[in-house]
Amino acid sequence: MIRLIDVHKSFGNQEVLKGINLHVKEGEKLVIIGPSGSGKSTLIRLMNYLEEPTSGQVYVHTHLMSHNRRAFINKIHSAMVFQQFNLYPHLTVMDNLTLGPRKLKKVPKREAEEIAMHYLKRVKLEHKANVYPTTLSGGQQQRIAIARALTMQNRVLLFDEPTSALDPEMVQEVLDVMIGLSKEKNFTMVVVTHEMGFAREVADRVIFLDGGVILEEGTPEHFFKNPQNERCKAFLGKIIR
Amino acid sequence: MFKAESWAALFRDYRIFLNGLIATVQMTLVGFSIALILGIILGLFSTSGKKPLRIISRIYVEFIQNTPLMLQALFLFYAVTFAGFRGFKPLVAGMLALGIYHGAYFSEVFRAGIEAVPKGQSEAAYSQGFTYVQSMWYIILPQTIKIILPPMVNQVVNLIKNTSCMLLVGGAVDLISATNAYAVGLSTARYAAAAYVFSGIIFFAICFPLSRIAARWEQRLKARDQQGNIPKKKNAPDNVSDAELDRMIGENSDGELASGTRENSSEGGGLE
Ligand SMILES: Nc1ncnc2c1ncn2[C@@H]1O[C@H](COP(=O)(O)OP(=O)(O)OP(=O)(O)O)[C@@H](O)[C@H]1O
Ligand SMILES: [Mg+2]
Repeated sequence: MIRLIDVHKSFGNQEVLKGINLHVKEGEKLVIIGPSGSGKSTLIRLMNYLEEPTSGQVYVHTHLMSHNRRAFINKIHSAMVFQQFNLYPHLTVMDNLTLGPRKLKKVPKREAEEIAMHYLKRVKLEHKANVYPTTLSGGQQQRIAIARALTMQNRVLLFDEPTSALDPEMVQEVLDVMIGLSKEKNFTMVVVTHEMGFAREVADRVIFLDGGVILEEGTPEHFFKNPQNERCKAFLGKIIR
Repeated sequence: MFKAESWAALFRDYRIFLNGLIATVQMTLVGFSIALILGIILGLFSTSGKKPLRIISRIYVEFIQNTPLMLQALFLFYAVTFAGFRGFKPLVAGMLALGIYHGAYFSEVFRAGIEAVPKGQSEAAYSQGFTYVQSMWYIILPQTIKIILPPMVNQVVNLIKNTSCMLLVGGAVDLISATNAYAVGLSTARYAAAAYVFSGIIFFAICFPLSRIAARWEQRLKARDQQGNIPKKKNAPDNVSDAELDRMIGENSDGELASGTRENSSEGGGLE
């Protein structure tokens, strides 16, 4: 579904990704872990071209990504959930959810609102449809952000540390929604997270990114039982509670 | 000179001032429209990823802001007239000059407004599949309005006052030119002082309320900002840095990472 071929990415003369080859299969649930600054965000943001590679190719479905094709490809294939939620503060929750479908997919207003309501129920926030996002708690905002991603009705869901900006007591409500999504075969999910409990429960595959390369990859069991790489061991030792 | 007679004369000749005021308002409205369009375009240029566009915008803004409006207006009027456009009226020249001049300032207002919207907003838009223009139109610009309005109104006040530059062009019909013509006119020179004061009162009556509105908006905006409801990135307890990892690997060189986990976590930095 997503294929990165020998992708390099530099910011100035700092090379952040040093030749990544990665194939995320259709329906796969992939978790990316790694220390701070290792390039996790850069990697996942390459998948919807929020970052453009310095060299190498990114394929989404059958499309070769390019600057000019980004809008078209993202519109029909992927959606992203950000650490900082990034809800549109000038729009109500309902309008946050319907803006994309209405303007990008030309879904009629009534229908877009029905779809939005369906996903609002799914994140258990149907009673918040008409409020502005800033009146909500962090956990609620992130659930709305997930609902907004779902209303685009695309197959690929990208999550960049969706729970890292949340107060601890709100982490679980967001993870619960994501665990629910992971049960659906249709969704291809790529999740940058340090929530190893979540990874263990939903991931088909985990990759450990460090120094701009994939140092280790495998099933969650592999990561918990016998990681090979020293840095990966040290990292896991640090984050597994 | 502030005799009742003067005011009676002004009252009698009110049409002169009224026509001047109308011309000034026309210049303001058209000048504002031109400035707004130029400002949006140049503001978008200056925040775009394309360097040539940013340079164009920069040159325009610096050039216009660092030469006198008066000179620009004179140049525009005489250059265009000498270029053969005989029917080029001072009023039109005034509208264009004011539009071009304030367009540079509007552009800076828009730039500041767009830059004040967090980057995450356009990223969210791009991730949904919006193009640059769509994201500006549906998501960024609507959020800049509140930021832009106060400085924009201040610019409008300046624009109104700057209609005075038309005096030099000669033959103009705006309020200042009309007032001055009245004040130096053979039959009306006696009422000069009253005429100037009267004209000043008209300008004040228009500009003062606008300034107050702008100041009020600005204060409300500041008060709202101080509530600060934008989520900040928290240092997640599981954010392990590279340097920390290196240190840990060094400390645990004799293996035993699995059992060492708990001890490390207590010293390593807020694992709870
Ligand atoms: N736009 C940018 N300009 C310059 N440097 C950048 C930019 N984005 C990221 N970097 C740098 O690239 C490196 C990798 O950043 P990235 O955000 O991908 O790391 P990360 O693994 O997501 O870290 P974190 O866990 O802190 O989110 C960092 O050193 C960062 O400073
Ligand atoms: Mg990151």
